[in-house]
Amino acid sequence: MTTHNMSVDLCGVRLKNPVMTASGTFGSGIEFSSFFDLNRLGAVVTKGVSSVPWEGNPTPRICETPSGMLNAIGLQNPGFDVFAKRDLGFLEETLRPDEGSSGIGTKVIVNVCGHSEEEYVDCVTKLAAEKRADLLEINISCPNVKEGGIAFGTDPKGVERITSVIRKIARQPVIMKLSPNVTDITEIAKAAQAGGADALSMINTLTGMKIDVERRAFALANKTGGLSGPAIHPVAVRMVYQCAKAVQIPIIGMGGIRTAADALEMLMAGATAVSVGTASFHDQTTALSVIDGIREYLERHQIADVRELIGCVE
Amino acid sequence: MKYREFAKVLECVRIGNDIFSLKLAAEQIASAAKPGQFVSVYANDSARLLPRPISVCEADVRSGILRLVFRIAGAGTREFSRLEEGERVMLVGPLGNGFPLERAEAKRVFLIGGGIGIPPMLELAKRLTSADGEGTGSFSMLELAKRLRVCDGEGDAEDQAERAVDVKAVLGYRDERFLLEDFPCETVVATEDGSFGTRGTVLDAIRAHGLTADVIYACGPIPMLRALKQYALESGTECWLSMEEKMACGIGACLSCVCRSAEIDEHSQVKNKRVCTEGPVFLSTEIEL
Repeated sequence: MTTHNMSVDLCGVRLKNPVMTASGTFGSGIEFSSFFDLNRLGAVVTKGVSSVPWEGNPTPRICETPSGMLNAIGLQNPGFDVFAKRDLGFLEETLRPDEGSSGIGTKVIVNVCGHSEEEYVDCVTKLAAEKRADLLEINISCPNVKEGGIAFGTDPKGVERITSVIRKIARQPVIMKLSPNVTDITEIAKAAQAGGADALSMINTLTGMKIDVERRAFALANKTGGLSGPAIHPVAVRMVYQCAKAVQIPIIGMGGIRTAADALEMLMAGATAVSVGTASFHDQTTALSVIDGIREYLERHQIADVRELIGCVE
Repeated sequence: MKYREFAKVLECVRIGNDIFSLKLAAEQIASAAKPGQFVSVYANDSARLLPRPISVCEADVRSGILRLVFRIAGAGTREFSRLEEGERVMLVGPLGNGFPLERAEAKRVFLIGGGIGIPPMLELAKRLTSADGEGTGSFSMLELAKRLRVCDGEGDAEDQAERAVDVKAVLGYRDERFLLEDFPCETVVATEDGSFGTRGTVLDAIRAHGLTADVIYACGPIPMLRALKQYALESGTECWLSMEEKMACGIGACLSCVCRSAEIDEHSQVKNKRVCTEGPVFLSTEIEL
């Protein structure tokens, strides 16, 4: 039996496979660890953390839409100190350094959010001392917080600036997470690259709205929310394809991935790795079936190395 | 322990206006479930991504049968109402904390249900009143009370135990009644239109009958829970309320279903508690309503 290489290189960090979880849909993995072994993942991407606790938005915070959902959680999080002790502590205990035949352990990507440049800087500075944080993902694209989040992510000059500020102080590789709520996402991707980003995550959610006609009221207390789920997958694939052509840094593709075929589309469009997000709400083990499905695809098509698929569609 | 179980539909019948009773063969979940816990029910139509949280109405450890009673609230629950015998439906559960049964020991207890908040009170009533757990789960309140009395050496264990828990169900309906005949304890009914029992709310019924209790367990609409919180405060009654909120993951990861708490919560580090994990049952003084 021939072996099929599943590991990929993401800005100098080796992943055992290209499948990770999308920030905000997986907590820190604690809740999902009773459904499957987290050591099977390429990486765990944790829910956004800020330097101090955030309350988030009023409820209702979510509603379902056809093949998708809107959320306006508002980046509720317990703040850096509790996150570092409890969540990173859990991952340190749970993830083995050289798990499986690849000999590569599951990596931890810490998603960071802030209301201001100072808050990002504070959090990233503190993370420098956290050895369990292998990479950082900077959320400059959350549509649900009034200050910070998306405000940093929609103007190329602002993106370049915040990226370079963070790049200078970060000990780990820096992944900038991009918003699709812009006219030309390649401009934002190029700005992040110019600022020194090591990789890009894309896409965050698309801003949407739902009205409950029976109650004649907004479905979400926040009125607008971020659309995710299979409904946005074609938009995400298109944007990954465009940006892969526009920049040289690797891309983590996400947006509506539910099956291995969805993930393979992202890889073929030019993504080096993929994240499973909202689909984990539908089936807690989705990320595993995506990993298994990619491996089966390699076997079925007699492809020795998953990296051959990256950007293979021209 | 949470289970992911592909349950087989045994029966799906309409028991009221838009209210359905779904019996499922779900051995693992039925064995583990406690009153006040809920299950995530997943639609077979994959365009509906999110599970619907539905409370446990009955959970029989011996037969492995789980009974869910729900109201059609949208497309997902409409799909469930059309399930037929032999079909399958994916469940995750049991989820949440459930009612603290041990607080009822040797107490006078109200089980208060309003509308579609009535179903979870049924399994609670059964556990609190059954002498041997027959036809219910593994835990019998009376059994516990008996053992406690025996340990205390206070007189005839059986006799003491009979008086150990005094359970009254107070059920509030809009008009049409459902599940009323299933309750194994004394019931008091209020209807909004006065067509049966006391006209008005569950509190109107409690006052009309001059009833009092030491402990309240309740599930129902927010205005009812708010009134009960106030009633409990004024009467010095311990009061446990089951909350509801829109959920996405159902297991504590997404932070969709939070409610406001009186104090800073240990998990969130802000005044938010997860209904799916720290709840759905809260002490009335723990939460803001």
